[in-house]
Amino acid sequence: MAASSAVISMSKIIQPIWGGRLATTAKVFGATVSSRREKSTVPPPAKYGGRHTVTLIPGDGIGPELLNHVKELFRFSCVPVDFEVVNVSSATEDDINNAITAIRRNGVALKGRRNSLSAYTVSPICVSLSHSTSLDLYANVMHCKSLPGVQTRHNNIDIMIIRENTEGEYSSLEHESVSGVVECLKIITRTNSLRIAEYAFKLAREKGRKRVTAVHKANIMKLGDGLFLQCCREVAAGYPDIAFDAMIVDNTTMQLVSKPQQFDVMVMPNLYGNVVSNVCAGLVGGPGLVPGANYGRDYAVFETATRNTGKSIADRNIANPTAMLLASCMMLDHLKLHDYATMIRNAVLTTMNETQLHTADIGGQGTTSEVVQAIMRNIQSKGPLTSEL
Amino acid sequence: IFNLSPSLEFVLIFQPAGVRVLYSLLWFCVFQPPPARYGGRHTVTLIPGDGIGPELLSHVRELFRFCCVPVDFEVVNVDSTMTSEDDINDAITAIRRNGVALKGNIETNHNLPPSFISRNNLLRTSLDLYANVMHCQSLPGVRTRHRNIDIIIIRENTEGEYSSLEHESVSGVVECLKIITRTNSLRIADYAFRLARERGRRRVTAVHKANIMSLGDGLFLQCCKEVAAGYQDIAFDAMIVDNTTMQLVSKPQQFDVMVMPNLYGNVVSNVCAGLVGGPGLVPGANYGTDYAVFECGTRNTGKSIADGNIANPTAMLLASCLLLDHLRLHAYATMIRRAVIATVTETRLHTADLGGQGSTSDVVQSIMKEIQSTGPLTQNI
Repeated sequence: MAASSAVISMSKIIQPIWGGRLATTAKVFGATVSSRREKSTVPPPAKYGGRHTVTLIPGDGIGPELLNHVKELFRFSCVPVDFEVVNVSSATEDDINNAITAIRRNGVALKGRRNSLSAYTVSPICVSLSHSTSLDLYANVMHCKSLPGVQTRHNNIDIMIIRENTEGEYSSLEHESVSGVVECLKIITRTNSLRIAEYAFKLAREKGRKRVTAVHKANIMKLGDGLFLQCCREVAAGYPDIAFDAMIVDNTTMQLVSKPQQFDVMVMPNLYGNVVSNVCAGLVGGPGLVPGANYGRDYAVFETATRNTGKSIADRNIANPTAMLLASCMMLDHLKLHDYATMIRNAVLTTMNETQLHTADIGGQGTTSEVVQAIMRNIQSKGPLTSEL
Repeated sequence: IFNLSPSLEFVLIFQPAGVRVLYSLLWFCVFQPPPARYGGRHTVTLIPGDGIGPELLSHVRELFRFCCVPVDFEVVNVDSTMTSEDDINDAITAIRRNGVALKGNIETNHNLPPSFISRNNLLRTSLDLYANVMHCQSLPGVRTRHRNIDIIIIRENTEGEYSSLEHESVSGVVECLKIITRTNSLRIADYAFRLARERGRRRVTAVHKANIMSLGDGLFLQCCKEVAAGYQDIAFDAMIVDNTTMQLVSKPQQFDVMVMPNLYGNVVSNVCAGLVGGPGLVPGANYGTDYAVFECGTRNTGKSIADGNIANPTAMLLASCLLLDHLRLHAYATMIRRAVIATVTETRLHTADLGGQGSTSDVVQSIMKEIQSTGPLTQNI
């Protein structure tokens, strides 16, 4: 006991504690360091006391408001997560670097969206992208599911969209070699395409999905999207239990608006992913309902799927908190706090299905705080693990 | 085409350097349809293409013959399996000669090497058909999830992501070039605003992704803004493409005229076609300074339904009406269009893609009967 406490105190002084529980700190310490680099699914280590620390980036618009509700809800449900808030409000590089360092330190982040610079100015730095490329968050996963309580034109949609998050059209490589002629480079690499295809098939297998569809435009961009398609085919050969097909992006979007139930899992490069995920979000009820997750090998960042700032509805208590709350549930699942995740998710979905408690974007009259209060009451009625309302 | 008044000839003589520019500007202002040949009949190039193209275009010819439309078709076959460019060059020469064409979609085989450029793309770029116009309108007889959609989509047709410029400088890393030029952006924006003004439209929306591609789409947006300044009666706004597609599936009635670069145009036009009832209903037109080519809006080959007599002929027939309007044969255009719309609104006569049981020939027969019942100018069925 004395030896282990000596190790513990030394570890506290010299390096941050990597293990979980007090008793196993010494044992886990060595193992965690080496496994951290090999396994990609090790959750970030809990800090001393068994509580996780997560980076919180409020962003602009409705981000701060919604993330406050998340914090409130977590405190109410006694979730063992502490938030380290990093503000990235000014456009300097320092703030962004601070945020990235914080995410590197904690391993997990929950973020709102920053306002992008004015679309009319020419800026070489796209600040919102710096997060995904420097942290190598290569997979953006969005699960669009029809919720029973929300009235939409289509029913029974259940699509998982896996979008390559780091390259493609978002490489921000543009130049004007001749005046009046701009060239934008779209980069597709074999490594990244294989990686995202591998991720898609692994996820499909884990979740018991039957079919993966690759979305491309290889009839026009033969080399680029042709390479992407080829990589998907190669990976598909290693998963014979999952059906694989390919569809051109224009046909895909047309099928999505007429018969979205035919799609199961979709994998695609960056720009098509952007468009298709927004179409699917629109189909299941709008940007306020769908959470999104960005996964890398070592880090994970959670946010709303359609990445809206919501400037026009900021601070008016009418934003839909569902997307952000479901994103926080995905974060809890990532941290292996499954009980808390299920509890909050059930409460959110139950509240959604009581139709009088919809916010304005899905046709109801409720305010954000009313919805959050209803969720908290729901949680309280289910179990004992809550603090005072 | 070449009848210039004496004052214009004077101008041409004294400005040799600017002749081509001036000529094209004059062409813009004083557009004349291709000249009718001897006998008062127009000649139009017909490219059957693959899949359902030949079938639908033969129905168009049948209908034109039935209605005594003064148009003759010069058929040019383009074989999608051949790798030489002779076929498509013949087609392009024929279109240059006639000035107008009606085409089916030519299939692009993915297995051919990357140096094989899509035939459709080659046609569009060689003839400089810079504007693709697609008018998506909800038809009363077609049941869709959205009503009252009336959107005109103007898509830049020659550059953008469709430049076919790709290379693999390092093994495993492919760079695709997306080209945006000031000239073409100004041109398409000008076309959009002029069209909006002609049709009495109130708002033009530019669709872009300038928050990510700030130089490229930023240039496009800037050009649109510059042109918008010259059209004070028309409102102009811009929307990012992901927000646009989300708005389209929830509230499409808010859009009026939309202008955008090539790839976004592809996606957005397919979304809109899906919203109004599918690829079998919407015609598309490709306009250039000197030439015009008409086709189905969503450019599908329809391989799986070829020769099955189940394809929807509406899109191709409405495209042929656009062709007749372009040739200033408005009476025939209105007659055929009215008959097509009347047939579509009789819900029993829908083809399979709209949820009905009718075959292609049933629909065409019905259109012919409809035309015959309203006017004298027809042959015997």
